[in-house]
Amino acid sequence: MSDSSLRLVWIYPDLLSTYGDQGNALVVERRARQRGLEVSRVDIRSDQPVPTSGDIYLIGGGEDRPQRLAAERLRRDGGLNRAVSNGAIVFSVCAGYQILGHEFVNDLGEREAGLGLLDVVSTRGEAERCVGDVLADIDSRLGLPPLTGFENHQGVTHLGPSAQPFARVRFGNGNGTGDGTEGAWNDTVFGTYMHGPVLARNPQIADLMLKLALDVNALPPVDDRWYEALRQERIAAATQPA
Amino acid sequence: MTMAGNSEPLSPRAKLAVTAGRAAAAASRAVGRGSGSVIGGKVALRLDPDLLARLAGHLDVVLVSATNGKTTTTRLIAEALRASGPVVSNALGANMPAGITSALAGGSDARFGVIEVDEKYLAGVARDVTPKAIALLNLSRDQLDRAAETRMLAEKWREGLSGNKATVIANCDDPLIAWAASSSPNVVWVAAGQEWKDDAWSCPSCGGVLQRPGDDWLCSDCGFRRPMPTWALSGDYVLDPHGSAWPIHLQLPGRANKANAATSAAVAAHFGVPPQVALERMYQVQAVAGRYDVVSFEGRDLRLLLAKNPAGWLETFSLIDPPPTPVILSVNARGADGTDTSWLWDVDYTRLAGHPIFVIGDRRLDLAVRLEVAGLDFRVCETVDEAVGAAPPGRIEVIANYTAFQDLRRRVGN
Repeated sequence: MSDSSLRLVWIYPDLLSTYGDQGNALVVERRARQRGLEVSRVDIRSDQPVPTSGDIYLIGGGEDRPQRLAAERLRRDGGLNRAVSNGAIVFSVCAGYQILGHEFVNDLGEREAGLGLLDVVSTRGEAERCVGDVLADIDSRLGLPPLTGFENHQGVTHLGPSAQPFARVRFGNGNGTGDGTEGAWNDTVFGTYMHGPVLARNPQIADLMLKLALDVNALPPVDDRWYEALRQERIAAATQPA
Repeated sequence: MTMAGNSEPLSPRAKLAVTAGRAAAAASRAVGRGSGSVIGGKVALRLDPDLLARLAGHLDVVLVSATNGKTTTTRLIAEALRASGPVVSNALGANMPAGITSALAGGSDARFGVIEVDEKYLAGVARDVTPKAIALLNLSRDQLDRAAETRMLAEKWREGLSGNKATVIANCDDPLIAWAASSSPNVVWVAAGQEWKDDAWSCPSCGGVLQRPGDDWLCSDCGFRRPMPTWALSGDYVLDPHGSAWPIHLQLPGRANKANAATSAAVAAHFGVPPQVALERMYQVQAVAGRYDVVSFEGRDLRLLLAKNPAGWLETFSLIDPPPTPVILSVNARGADGTDTSWLWDVDYTRLAGHPIFVIGDRRLDLAVRLEVAGLDFRVCETVDEAVGAAPPGRIEVIANYTAFQDLRRRVGN
């Protein structure tokens, strides 16, 4: 961490906050405070420079045009790439995940350059939109329990050699490539198609980011009763599609 | 069926369609499947696809659309226009073409048709029924897993309204509404306010970041900005184009309903009903399809409030009684609600601090996590009965989303 308080940066809520994405920021913030950490959360609008000194960056989902605008402004700004080279953690969802890759297909049907922070390329799927509850097993090296989330996307994301699949789906679509992969990660940069918001359904992922930011192996426990109850309910729902 | 007024009677085909539709509706009612208005309309439209246009041809039609407040506003406008003549309206909220057809088929003596239209169907219905006026209140995120994207909806409205001869009565405080309506040559702008701002931070025209000084909004990139209103909601008053202030007295609670009344007054004035007369008539509107109704259940008073999306919850929080009034929250995620619950995280539940909170509904666990992260005390209950039994004394505010609200009405007998 850069100083005594944890710096949480939420990227572009004006463009990429369509699916309750603020929830991911709220969960990280809450769980850090419950561990007695000081947290400063900064919400960066797309006409403001992205600070390079943050510890954890969150970037959410959005509609097609806002996604293009966000990619243009993040490329021009350059702050997020500098933050990552400083060792910052980035957690991205859906449209935000696609922006972190090399390229995606924008609202005009054209290939739009991303930030190249993940070795992935996204296209638009031919099949029906992927909508529904998902259950997946997270990369075992991350030591996390199963992933539960809600997907709602048309995008298909192909992983290059230096990106690891974040998870393998048991139920649902994930990256939409048909190979069962969901999301991607590399070092401190993570991407997923899961909404929910995903950190409300998987608080252990929020804790993983806190541990990476603090460079510790464990955190004091917090009361996870409601998170756990919700997880069980949604995992059961994913295995019994309507 | 006899048609009153000045126009040609319905063709034999249209008459047959209306009769067949009524028979289907009666059959649907008889087997206990609700009012039957949608099935009736579907049958009638299949027999005569132009029926909607034909039925509307005899009426001065007003269309009402929005994400929130369209059922209530339809009721307010209908009440106001009754000062001037009989009104037919889809007062029960069946707002797609079949439901609208069915409602109009029941109003052969009417002069006015006041029609609530689902957002997705507005452009089509506006083309079919040749309305005299279209009231547009607000647009915000709703049912994300299946509804069109909010901005795309505004774009469709804009295209649909560009060739339409109707006078559009539109909320200039909602940038998406301003964008949708400004393609029309005849707009009456109403400053009706909009608490929820999170769907309109980027300029609907060019994508620039909107500046929002005070109540104003503008895009410094392309110059698109808040149009100058001729009507406005100002506290408890409607300001008309002559600068007169008319007091709003409603039985319906909350700022959002005052905004609905302001828009309704502007619509009524367009048809020659003066604001004073219109507003006095609006006072008569009580509960709308059970919404805002106070019911007695298990010896307690419950006020039933419908909130379907973040903007609706925000407006609802501003009208409930202050703490320590107990609050029951109920959330489902069935088809009609949208199956994605992530919108719960767009709602600022910290505004409920100090209220005893009880959580029910199919998705009470999503809500429990949401409230836990907001740092609130709450209790999760299995049923509304349990929640009511556990609530401390006083009238209980019950806030529910769409199907949760229907469940609730069924249970508490309203």
